[in-house]
Amino acid sequence: MIKELTLYIDGIEVKVPEGVTILEAAKKVSVEIPTLCYYKDLTPTGNCGICVVEVEGVGTLKRACCTPATDKMKIHTNTKQVLDARKTVMELILSNHPNDCLQCYRNQNCELQTMAEKLGVTELPFKRFDRDMPLDDKGFIIRDSNKCILCGRCIQACQNIQTVYAIDFINRGYDTKMSTFMDMPLNDSTCTNCGQCVAVCPVGALYEKSSIDEVWAAINDPTKHVVVQEAPAVRVAIGEEFGMAEGTVSSGRMHTALRRMGFDRVFDTNFTADLTIMEEGTEVIGKVIKALTTGEIGKHLPVITSCSPGWIKFMETFFADLREHISTAKSPQQMFGPLAKTYYAEKEKIDPKNIVSVSIMPCTAKKYEAARPEMNASGYQDVDHVLTTREFAKMIRQSGIDFKNLPEEEADELMGFYTGAATIFGATGGVMEAALRTVWFVLSGKEMDNYDIKLVRGMDGVKEGVVEVPLSEANAKALNMKVLPVKVAVAHGLSNARKLLTKVATQLKEKGASEYHFIEIMACPGGCVGGGGQPYACEYAARARRADGLYKEDKEMVKVRASHNNPMVQKIYKDFLGEPNSHKAHKLLHTKYVDRSDLV
Amino acid sequence: MAKIFRTHILVSIDPETLLSGAKGIYEKFKKEVEASKLSNEVMVAETGNLGISNKGVVVVVYPEGVIYVNVKADDVTKIMNEHIIKGRIVKDLVFSGEKVSGSSVKMELPKQNRVVLKGSGEVDPESLEEYIGIGGYEGLGKVLFEMKPQDVIDAVKKSGLRGRGGAGFPTGLKWSFTAPLQGEKYVICNADEGEPGTFKDRLIMEGVPFRLIEGMTIAGYAIGASKGFIYIRGEYALSIEKVNKAIETARKNNLLGKNILESTFSFDIEVRKGAGAYVCGEETSLIESMEGKRGNPRNKPPFPGVKGFRMNPSVVNNVETLANVPAIAVNGADWYKKLGTEKCPGTKVFTLMGDILYPGLIEVEMGTTLKDVVYKFGGGIKEGKKFKAALIGGAAGAFISEKGLDVKMDFDSLGEWAAVLGSGAVLVMSEDRDPVETLNSILEFFKHESCGKCSPCRIGTKRLELISKDIMKGRATEGDWETMKELSYTMKLTSFCPLGQSPYIPISSFSKYLEDDMKKNLNK
Ligand SMILES: Cc1cc2nc3c(=O)[nH]c(=O)nc-3n(C[C@H](O)[C@H](O)[C@H](O)COP(=O)(O)O)c2cc1C
Ligand code: SF4
Ligand code: SF4
Ligand code: SF4
Repeated sequence: MIKELTLYIDGIEVKVPEGVTILEAAKKVSVEIPTLCYYKDLTPTGNCGICVVEVEGVGTLKRACCTPATDKMKIHTNTKQVLDARKTVMELILSNHPNDCLQCYRNQNCELQTMAEKLGVTELPFKRFDRDMPLDDKGFIIRDSNKCILCGRCIQACQNIQTVYAIDFINRGYDTKMSTFMDMPLNDSTCTNCGQCVAVCPVGALYEKSSIDEVWAAINDPTKHVVVQEAPAVRVAIGEEFGMAEGTVSSGRMHTALRRMGFDRVFDTNFTADLTIMEEGTEVIGKVIKALTTGEIGKHLPVITSCSPGWIKFMETFFADLREHISTAKSPQQMFGPLAKTYYAEKEKIDPKNIVSVSIMPCTAKKYEAARPEMNASGYQDVDHVLTTREFAKMIRQSGIDFKNLPEEEADELMGFYTGAATIFGATGGVMEAALRTVWFVLSGKEMDNYDIKLVRGMDGVKEGVVEVPLSEANAKALNMKVLPVKVAVAHGLSNARKLLTKVATQLKEKGASEYHFIEIMACPGGCVGGGGQPYACEYAARARRADGLYKEDKEMVKVRASHNNPMVQKIYKDFLGEPNSHKAHKLLHTKYVDRSDLV
Repeated sequence: MAKIFRTHILVSIDPETLLSGAKGIYEKFKKEVEASKLSNEVMVAETGNLGISNKGVVVVVYPEGVIYVNVKADDVTKIMNEHIIKGRIVKDLVFSGEKVSGSSVKMELPKQNRVVLKGSGEVDPESLEEYIGIGGYEGLGKVLFEMKPQDVIDAVKKSGLRGRGGAGFPTGLKWSFTAPLQGEKYVICNADEGEPGTFKDRLIMEGVPFRLIEGMTIAGYAIGASKGFIYIRGEYALSIEKVNKAIETARKNNLLGKNILESTFSFDIEVRKGAGAYVCGEETSLIESMEGKRGNPRNKPPFPGVKGFRMNPSVVNNVETLANVPAIAVNGADWYKKLGTEKCPGTKVFTLMGDILYPGLIEVEMGTTLKDVVYKFGGGIKEGKKFKAALIGGAAGAFISEKGLDVKMDFDSLGEWAAVLGSGAVLVMSEDRDPVETLNSILEFFKHESCGKCSPCRIGTKRLELISKDIMKGRATEGDWETMKELSYTMKLTSFCPLGQSPYIPISSFSKYLEDDMKKNLNK
């Protein structure tokens, strides 16, 4: 039995179960205690000292975020002493902060700025003193330690949610800073570029290397033909930057905005997501059949998805031995890249050297992926510039577009037509679900009665189960069974991936085979909807609402729901690629992985 | 039975005397004793720190209890020829301060009533027999065979023993929170002793390590722990060595390990080396550091007594606190309560520093006045100067001017003077010293020792140091001094752990007792 406590917050009686903090109790009676370092999905640390309140009978102020409520506690949240103390603490923080808000990446979208205003800071009584620490801008995630307020959120994201441990506090006292082992550039560390640290940073201390200027330059260069693709998860989050609810489906508005911004062709990553299913699905089916017919289960299975570049670097670093098990199919972004500069270039008779290929992604790791040296199957860098959802929003604002009230337009068909299977790629379990729809069709010769595969949906860290696929007569004969039970698992967030992969590696080592046939892994919690390039303040609940938007588009808004039924996908195989996993497809759409275990 | 010697020559071995060549002196005494064929009569042994500092190599000769200081290699021959062979004390080497207790020679200073330091500097710290000879392990025996764990807690509660780590929390009460909890539990001895200049815990560990081990074992029995840890400050190499040796000896003699003294109680102790930061002395940082993490404080609650090391219930006590326990076990709570004051019974070890005639350690009853500490036990101010101020309790301590000489040195009385007992460090300043300089070094210390976790302390200590620098350079205004006071008050209210809350104590007490001295340094 959990004890019920009665306490008094600013004289208001509130009853809460034991274990609740003062902050949570206050929320119950509409008392909003200001916080700065606190983040809903992380463990409260009490680092900033803003959420202090008076507790009767205690000499010092207590931190509401991490002080458990006790029975009969009498709390005052807005006495003069409390308000003065909070303001002084904020003034202290600001005395050690560059305060160059006008030039900052986070201007108008900064929790420090907002909180300073909330606490009534109108002047800076303490003389400023600078920390003068160099900028770490070697990689795609930029680290400006001078702006860091040492809230510790990024470290928790990296260590607890992602188990990468690329960053930690180093030094002590005034010299404390968030950094890497030996204070190396982030780019030289085990960092996966997942950007979960960036997503939770309250200030401009962590941000993506921007490509906005390069993209504007390309658009404004008359000799360049600029094509753009947008990942599934972008469409259900971009609206948040313009006052719309999480999960609002903005595919149409997004396409319209891109046309108005001046892109020459507005395609959609969803198209190559469908293509990914064809390539990856074919690979999975081939391997399952090989495994079952040769009996060498552990050699061919499981097949693990490869769309998430943060996950790929994580795998190359911590699970390099599993490289053989990762699908060789490129991610949708990297399938789009070479096809734009070959297939599309041929069709439109454009010299590929004049094509500039831009992608809009919910992800910071996609910038890294596009820059991987092997990603030049077209003879050029396949994807030239990657923008995050946040950068996209900035560009919309710069263009003077009233995003919320835009009319809705379709993407250009050739590489822009997509199915519901593609759109759910953006949610954890989506790739698995999309692949199963097609695998089912190929193996059984029939469409699924119900496309919704609920067992791979939702926010549980690791989801697993068996999907019983009925086999067509020919397949039944070849495999000597009527129904193929496909054991699948889905993990999102690298800590969950680590758990699942450790199990798989152990099973492979000890038993020579793992229990799973097919595994989907996404680096970010929630899948791409929770990507490190999405609008800030994306708590788990918000990630789930974004995913709901994708399932809604799949179920209610698109004409086709399975990748193999995408007419433009059928067309590209007919006109250009031949068949899935053909020689040409292999050359353009498949890749290899690198052993990075020496980083550890 | 230990062999009986006519004479003992004890060479004090501690980091300070080691630097002055104590090991060489010890070896030379051994050689000379052998050369004089006195090995059967005269024993040469190492002993811990004798509470005398700045006096080179210190040697005590028993049974007379004569203390020789600044002993050089040539003096060894002299002491051997004159004192050991002819029985004539070498006057020019004799320490002019107090003799160690138990001395048969007339005291020049008042006798101290020693409980925790009893035997330190007299017994061979490595000899279990000698510790038993001064009543050691009587307490554990009594506890194991005559008392239930609850009886021990009751006795410690009744004795009124309060934690000597600084905060003065009632020890029995602390134990009683942990005792009823289930599962693996620990006794953790806090021997981090980070307070600048303080070395009382070191003296206990190097002088009578068995007392600490006995105290911990009794604590383990009382709360139902099977494992103890002593977290010793990394720089205390000799303490680590002595304590480890004593643990080994205790194990060999069935005083640690399985079924202690054939009872059903099993308990063992392990030494952990400290990470070297002041804040690691704070109990939750200490636990974090023991777990191999960055030594930053944890949120309380949960308190260590409920969720401590490895999230198991852990009683954290200071060395001196635990060293009080055996005597309470032997003599009972009533005896203990007769020492000291009503609310703060017992004795307290003070580290006397600064412009005092006899710097070093004293153990006196709680409630002894500052005046007595300085003048009776410390021999007064050097060179007959006037007393200006004292800083009591270390960096996190309070300034007191001559107005406060009558303050009684115990937790509560000092509190009435807006001061604290803290670690028991007493820094005495003569009229020649500007206390503003002392305040400045304290603020430098805090800036240096802030762990950096929370913004009020991390940035606040830096700010205080900056203002202090301005004061030292004569370019601060009255407004700056006001800012310093207000800021330290906000830090007291909002810092995460007591470290950041502490600068308020020296700053506010400075303002209270030495405001004029500050004014002299302002608006120059
Ligand atoms: C910054 C800081 C440093 C401390 N250093 C020590 C120390 O060196 N030794 C110690 O025993 N207690 C130290 N303490 C107190 C401990 O947190 C704890 O209260 C004590 O070890 C409890 O033991 P006691 O009840 O026996 O006093 C320190 C506290 C703070 C806040
Ligand atoms: S990008 Fe991801 S892996 Fe890299 S430091 Fe941030 S959280 Fe860690
Ligand atoms: S980089 Fe950002 S998230 Fe990380 S500690 Fe600094 S302010 Fe917090
Ligand atoms: S008060 Fe100072 S030492 Fe304590 S947690 Fe805060 S920064 Fe660290």
